Amino acid sequence: MTFSDKTVAKRRWRAMLYSLLAIIALAMILPSLGYVAAWAQSGPMVIGYESRDSNPRADMWRDARQSVAGTTDQSGPYTTNVLINNSGEIWREIRSGREGVPSPLKRFGGWIMLLSLAAIAVFFAVFGRNKIEGGREGLTVPRWTMYERVLHWFVAITFIVLGITGLSLLFGRTVLIPVLGARGFAAYAQVAMTVHNFVGPAFGVALVLMIISWLGVNIPKRVDLEWLKTFGGYFGGGHAPSEKLNGGEKLWYWIGVVGLGLAVVITGFILDFPNFGQDRATMALAHVIHAGAAMFWIALFFGHAYMGTLGTEGALEGMTTGRVDTAWAKQHHNLWYAQLLEQGVKPMPAEPPRGGPPPSAKSVTGSST
Amino acid sequence: MARMKFLCDVERCIECHACVTACKNEHEVPWGVNRRRVIVMDDGQPGEKAISVACMHCSDAPCAAVCPVDCFYQTADGIVLHDKDLCIGCGYCFYACPFGAPQYPQQTAFGVRGKMDKCTFCAGGPEEPHSEAELTKYGTNRIAEGKLPLCAEMCATKALLAGDGDVIANIYRKRVMRRGGRPQSWGWQAAYGQNV
Ligand code: HEM
Ligand code: SF4
Ligand code: SF4
Repeated sequence: MTFSDKTVAKRRWRAMLYSLLAIIALAMILPSLGYVAAWAQSGPMVIGYESRDSNPRADMWRDARQSVAGTTDQSGPYTTNVLINNSGEIWREIRSGREGVPSPLKRFGGWIMLLSLAAIAVFFAVFGRNKIEGGREGLTVPRWTMYERVLHWFVAITFIVLGITGLSLLFGRTVLIPVLGARGFAAYAQVAMTVHNFVGPAFGVALVLMIISWLGVNIPKRVDLEWLKTFGGYFGGGHAPSEKLNGGEKLWYWIGVVGLGLAVVITGFILDFPNFGQDRATMALAHVIHAGAAMFWIALFFGHAYMGTLGTEGALEGMTTGRVDTAWAKQHHNLWYAQLLEQGVKPMPAEPPRGGPPPSAKSVTGSST
Repeated sequence: MARMKFLCDVERCIECHACVTACKNEHEVPWGVNRRRVIVMDDGQPGEKAISVACMHCSDAPCAAVCPVDCFYQTADGIVLHDKDLCIGCGYCFYACPFGAPQYPQQTAFGVRGKMDKCTFCAGGPEEPHSEAELTKYGTNRIAEGKLPLCAEMCATKALLAGDGDVIANIYRKRVMRRGGRPQSWGWQAAYGQNV
């Protein structure tokens, strides 16, 4: 083949390609002229009934399958005008699973709570109790006011009540029916549900008060980062400086009390007041967030309760009597202790000297003398 | 053994609400509860259709799967029933049901709903058949008398079919063959995981 032969062949190909494109374009344009003609006669065509773009019958069944609402004359608190509610199927699979598919919610929740307990047990076995170094000094400083302690224990007790009643509803069918029997468990569950539904809102109000009251002492600072880097010396090896609350406690406040707490409380209110007419899909979503966040929160709470009682010698009395030993204060919250002294707070003997109670925490904290 | 099912032939339903009324009257259904409803799709538009819906008595019923007190049971005929003595009124079956069948007499603050009530396929409940307890909690027991649900029996156009799934599917198939058009066994996919 010569060079010119090649260009001829190329030109021929190009001609063929262009004529093909022209044919296709015309084939599309010419029939559309009919549309233009019709449009000129009657204005733009209405997409819908007479154009075959959509078939109303098929559309209607698609709507019915996709939870689109119709109209109904039946009335009553729970009557709905939706033929097929698909959110229910999804929710059922998440909450209860189906044959051969275990419930993701129960799995996630169950494991995270068990793993938390196991981790705490291992931690306790390896590191043991965090003792007050050098023993108590016998002098105490005020730590929590009466208001703070009442609030704390109200939240703590209702938290445990809500946890037990809530978990009973989720796991009762697998765990409690074999023990109590169907009738026994139904009676138990009726009480559990009623208690959960009525105590919940009270807990929610107290939790919001707690968030507001303890916001000031939980502002994250640079020292908290340092505390977290060494985990406060809990794994051995020195002490990290800490204010009234250390980095770990602030994490518990922000992730547990504020984050998970608000998630649980807000979704709880959505579930507890069906009288506002929120639909099933909303309630199902609220349920999954509520139960999931609650179980995650309980897992964190195990750690918190351990640190407050078994894990740290001398911490619990701060929340019960309101006062802590000066040795504990120096060891765990040195910056806070120094600040107290600066404010002129005088450490008092732990035992009331002549039968009188130690001065109330309320009268001293916060006010610099 | 028969497998009881409902089928609503939407080409025939004329939205007369006789099924709803028959059910409420027969079972003395609690105030505010509708075991059967008629839902109109595209009301007042081309292609408008009325559909009568109640509990479909699902295979692998979602309501039974989520009930915290496990109070549902399925009869040998495939009818899904529940025990009101066990029900705590938690509302979960209402969230899970594809058809909105479970209903409650109340909807008040703190999640107080009362006992769940739903269509029994006219098969009563776990009480002694025809006893006073069964009548007040679940309504009459027509199945025990060898009768089929009253709603379908009352239906003037025979749009609503109730009975053995194979038998009613056959009736419906013959109708569709005679009149042409596509079959629409609405809800069967969701309830029984199959089409006619
Ligand atoms: C019975 C279980 C509980 C025990 C034994 C317990 C114990 C304690 C103790 C001893 C403190 C004081 C720590 C210190 O002096 O630095 C404390 C603080 C605190 N507790 Fe609890 N608690 C329990 C349950 C709860 C619950 C259920 C909540 C919230 C849902 C909660 C929220 C808090 C908060 C926010 C603080 C303030 C410290 C921080 O922000 O980390 N506690 N707890
Ligand atoms: S239709 Fe609803 S109430 Fe009836 S069996 Fe199915 S899920 Fe349960
Ligand atoms: S409302 Fe009654 S029947 Fe329905 S899931 Fe709750 S306890 Fe079970």
